[in-house]
Amino acid sequence: MNYPWNWAVFLQPSPDGTGTYLGTLVSGLAWTVMVALSAWALALVLGIIVGVARTLPNRSIVRLATAWVDVFRNVPLLVQIFLWYFVVPELLPASMGTALKQIQPPWGAFLPATLGLALFTSARVAEQVRAGIQSLARGQQQAATALGMTLPQTYRFVLLPMALRIIMPPLTSEFLNAVKNSSVALTVGLVEVTAAARAIQEYSFQVFEAFTAATIIYVVLNLAVVLLMRRLEKRLAVPGLAWAAGAGH
Amino acid sequence: MNRTLSTTFAALALAAALPALAQSPGGTLGKIRDAGEIRLGHREVSVPFSYLDDQQKPIGFAMDLCAKVVDAVKAELKLPAVQVKLQPVQLSNQIPLIQNGTIDIVCGPATNTLERQKVVAFSNTYFVSSIRAVVRKDSAVKTFEDLAGKPVAFTAASTSIALLTAREQDKKFQVNKVLSPDHAASFLTLTTGRTEAFVMDDILLASLVAGSNNPAGWRLVDDALRVEPYGLIVRKDDPAFKALVDRTLAALYKSGEFTRLYNKWFMSPIPPKGVNLNFPMTPSLKEALDSPNDRGV
Repeated sequence: MNYPWNWAVFLQPSPDGTGTYLGTLVSGLAWTVMVALSAWALALVLGIIVGVARTLPNRSIVRLATAWVDVFRNVPLLVQIFLWYFVVPELLPASMGTALKQIQPPWGAFLPATLGLALFTSARVAEQVRAGIQSLARGQQQAATALGMTLPQTYRFVLLPMALRIIMPPLTSEFLNAVKNSSVALTVGLVEVTAAARAIQEYSFQVFEAFTAATIIYVVLNLAVVLLMRRLEKRLAVPGLAWAAGAGH
Repeated sequence: MNRTLSTTFAALALAAALPALAQSPGGTLGKIRDAGEIRLGHREVSVPFSYLDDQQKPIGFAMDLCAKVVDAVKAELKLPAVQVKLQPVQLSNQIPLIQNGTIDIVCGPATNTLERQKVVAFSNTYFVSSIRAVVRKDSAVKTFEDLAGKPVAFTAASTSIALLTAREQDKKFQVNKVLSPDHAASFLTLTTGRTEAFVMDDILLASLVAGSNNPAGWRLVDDALRVEPYGLIVRKDDPAFKALVDRTLAALYKSGEFTRLYNKWFMSPIPPKGVNLNFPMTPSLKEALDSPNDRGV
């Protein structure tokens, strides 16, 4: 292959006048982390609420929660972020729309990107929460009722503590997905890791170095998430429930 | 074009990998005489220079210029007929294809850069594009300095960002850069009021404006960040063919035919949708036509 490798490229000044290419990557990493973490936090809260709602005895609440999941899970993330960024401000009253559009860059891109990623991920989290709750033996809910617990108490003290522990492994995957999917924020102009790598490629033509760096950043970031979640899983494992903790050998 | 540099690079990398093409004794003209055919490289979506119409036939300003070159070749070689072979090319392969003899001339928008001149030759400049800004018609913006403190749209990783940054540092002002991944999205940030200007190659801006809902609502600012001369690409070290191409262009200009062709593609509705780019000759183009040259940037 006739490719002029040049790993020193990261120390060269970037033409957008903000420092070196390494600086571009570091600022990209900061945005990736910010989008991923804020979106994940929001997705977890919304996902648990919607997931619980899908298992409630009230029919119209279930229907509403199902609609939520269907909408946010079935529309491509790219399209959703585009809608939040370009279309929603046009549908709002003019003054609100203008205010949204005039948010200083890059926050004007950060907010719709984070919101889009959070809602998309929340639908997927909700499905896992529902699956977790429904995987519990029906007797658990009945026992709670027999003990005189109200419905909120049943969820708070019996169902959710079990269900959430059971779904820790798929939630880890969802968290990893949130990190990776944050790259879609580049479509609204947020310069996160992938956009930073692209910019380096376009300016310096060192495409392999740029994307190798981006790959390493994503892998390291995700390995950190995996380690964190694994510790959390161990910490929260239900004693005596070997299959839930994944440590039965 | 924002990808021009990366393409130059890709082309150079490819070119380096190709064995040097042995020129037939008579250069391109001899090759055309021997084969009885001339091979034109054309682009597919470079409106209005070289693009496919709704019948998938390549048309455009550069195609018309090339047709005149073909006529001149026929006259020069005293051949009653020369077969014209059309070959679609892209930014990334147009230079290697010229070098290895697959095509004889590129009929498309190609920026004449010093970097490219190391491996190919360019005809005299037939168009000049420059990096400018498009703004709302009623906007007071006249220069890039007027955009200080305002949100301005850029296509991510385009050369316009670096060029404007240089101007900012030079003239001590700062704009708020709003990035989008492609030109259509950048233009959308302008039309939806998110930004007050979009900085890009003027001819691209003109085609975005022409294709928009309200072409009359936008105008191009005269201030330019950089001018890029376009030429037809021919093989390097083939002065006979290049001279013929340059002579053809010069004759077109002298006879007024050049202006007629320019108006046909830049000032009137063009196929397939009948959009009018409304892009009058810029001062830099007039200058290049008045004193023909093949200077690169």
